[in-house]
Amino acid sequence: MIELEGLTKRYGEKVAVNNLTFAVRPGIVTGFLGPNGAGKSTTMRMMLGLDRPTAGDVRIDGKHYDRLKDPLKYIGALLDAKAMHGGRSAFNHLLCLAQSNGIPRARVDEVLDTVGLTAVAKKKAKGFSLGMGQRLGIAGALLGDPRILMFDEPVNGLDPEGIHWIRNLMKSLAAQGRTVFVSSHLMSEMALTADHLVVIGQGRLLADTSMAEFIEQNSRSYVRIRSPQRERLLDVLHGAGITVVETGAGALEVDGGKPEHIGELAAQHQIVLHELSPQQASLEEAFMQLTAESVEYHAHADTPQEQQVWGDGWKGN
Amino acid sequence: MAAAQVVRSEWTKIRSVASTVWTLSLAVVVTLALGMLISALSKNEFDKMNRKDQLSFDPTFISFAGMSLGQLAMIVFGVLVVSNEYSTGMIRTSLAAVPQRGTFLFSKIGVATGLSLVVGLATSFVAFFLGQAMLGEHRAHIGDTGVLRAVIGGGLYMTLIAMFSMGVAVMLRSPMLSLGILMPFFFLISNILGNVSATKKIGRYLPDQAGSKIMQVVTPIDDDTPYGPWGGLAIMVLWVAAAIAGGYVLLKKRDA
Repeated sequence: MIELEGLTKRYGEKVAVNNLTFAVRPGIVTGFLGPNGAGKSTTMRMMLGLDRPTAGDVRIDGKHYDRLKDPLKYIGALLDAKAMHGGRSAFNHLLCLAQSNGIPRARVDEVLDTVGLTAVAKKKAKGFSLGMGQRLGIAGALLGDPRILMFDEPVNGLDPEGIHWIRNLMKSLAAQGRTVFVSSHLMSEMALTADHLVVIGQGRLLADTSMAEFIEQNSRSYVRIRSPQRERLLDVLHGAGITVVETGAGALEVDGGKPEHIGELAAQHQIVLHELSPQQASLEEAFMQLTAESVEYHAHADTPQEQQVWGDGWKGN
Repeated sequence: MAAAQVVRSEWTKIRSVASTVWTLSLAVVVTLALGMLISALSKNEFDKMNRKDQLSFDPTFISFAGMSLGQLAMIVFGVLVVSNEYSTGMIRTSLAAVPQRGTFLFSKIGVATGLSLVVGLATSFVAFFLGQAMLGEHRAHIGDTGVLRAVIGGGLYMTLIAMFSMGVAVMLRSPMLSLGILMPFFFLISNILGNVSATKKIGRYLPDQAGSKIMQVVTPIDDDTPYGPWGGLAIMVLWVAAAIAGGYVLLKKRDA
C-alpha cells in the first residue's frame, strides 16, 4: 500500500507535482497515466525518497521510505533502465544491491534466472541492449521479493516480445497479491494491464478510478449513418424517439443505438442508406480528451490557421 | 540498516569496476618509477651541490618525489569512486537501496579510504626502499630518527589526497568538473602558491603543502614553516574533514 497525501513538488516557479492525493492498493495493477511531462517520474522519485517533496507526504505501508529497514524487501522499483554502472557485470550489479539490504547471494542467481539473463550474468551491463537493460533493472526490483513493485514506463522502447513479457510479469505479480504501480503515457498499454487507473496532467490528479469504470464512462459507442435522404431519415428517427446528432460531414450519429434497429426502420420507410456502421470511441481518445487542457507540449500540425507566414516570427514573440 | 551490509555492498562496487584497478596501479607505478629515477639522479648530483643544499639533503623525502605525479592518479581514483555513481545514474539505484544517505556516503568513503590506505602504505614503503637503493652511500635507514614516521606519513598523505578528492567529487558530482579543478590545483596552482615568496605564507596551509611536511625528515636550513610534521598532517586532515562535511550536507539536502 502506497499512500500519497497532498504531494507537491515545485522547481522555482514551476509546479511539477501539484497536491496529489491517492492510494495504490495491493493485489491489483495500478496504472499511472499521464502525458509526457505530467510529473509521473517526479512523483515516483518522491515515493522512493530520491527527491524531496516541497509539501505533502508519501508513506509506504505507513512509513516514510527512509524509515524502512532494508527497503528493497518492501518495495522494488525500476525507474530508469540505465541507472547502473555500465562497467559492472549484471551479477555484480545485483550483488551489491543485495548485500546492501542483507539479501542472500543465492537470490541474485534466482532473479537473473527469472528475467532470463543467466547466460550474460558475467557480462558488463554496457554491452546490453535496451531490453536486456530493462530486464536487469527489473531483476533489481524483484531482488528483495518485495510486496510493492513500481515500474516507470517499463515497455518504452521494447520489442513486442519484451512488451508481452513485461505485461505478463506485472499481471502475475499482482495475482500473487502484490501492489503493482506502473506508469505509462499510452492508454492502450494500460488498458491491457491495469485494473485501476490514476491519471495526472500537469502534476494534478485528473482521475482515480477503476479501469472498468473508466472504460464504461469513456468508451462511447454509437452508430454512424449516411443517407442521401437525410431529412426523411431524420423525421423517421425522431418519430421513433431516437436522438440523433448531426455531425459535420453530413453524417448522423446515434448514441447507444443498435444498427439492426436503425436499418430495419430505414427499410420500412424505404430510405436509402450509404453507411450504417457501429462505432466505438477509443480509450486513447477518452484519455486525450481528459488530458487535453493539461498537455504541456501541443503539436499544432493540425491547425493550419495558426501557421504563420514565413518570417513572421522575427517580428514579435 | 546495518552499516556492515552497506560496507560490504560498497566493497563489491569498488572491486567490480575496472577504474579501481587502473587508477590505483597507475598511482603505484608512477610513484615508484619516478621516485627511483629522481633518487638516482640526486645521487649523481650530490657532489655538485653547494654546502647548504648538501646539509638540507633529505634522502627519505627524495624517495617520495614520485608522489607529486602519483597523487594525481589517487585523485582520479577518489573522484571516480564517487562521481561514477552520478555519471552512470547508479546513484538513484543506490539511494533507493540505501535511503540513509549518511550511511551510504560514509560506507563508500570508508571502503575507498581503507583501500587507499593499504595501497598508499605499501607504495610508500616500497618507494622508500627502492629510492634508498638508488641513493647508495647517501641513503637513509628505516631506523633513523623520523624516517619511519615519514614513510608511514607518505601512505597517510596519499590516502588523505584520495579522501579530499572524494569529498570534492560528492559536492561537484561531475567527474570532469571535479578532475578539472583538482588536477591543475594540485599539480600547478598549489606548487606555485607554495613556492612564490609573496604567497608562500598562505600557500603552505593548502592541503598538499601542509600534508607533505610529514614526509620530510631533514628540515631545510632556512625553513620557517610554523608547523611540524604532525601539525602539517593535521591541517590536511582539517581540509579533508571540511570537504567531506560539505559533501555530506549537500548530499543530504539535494534531490538525487
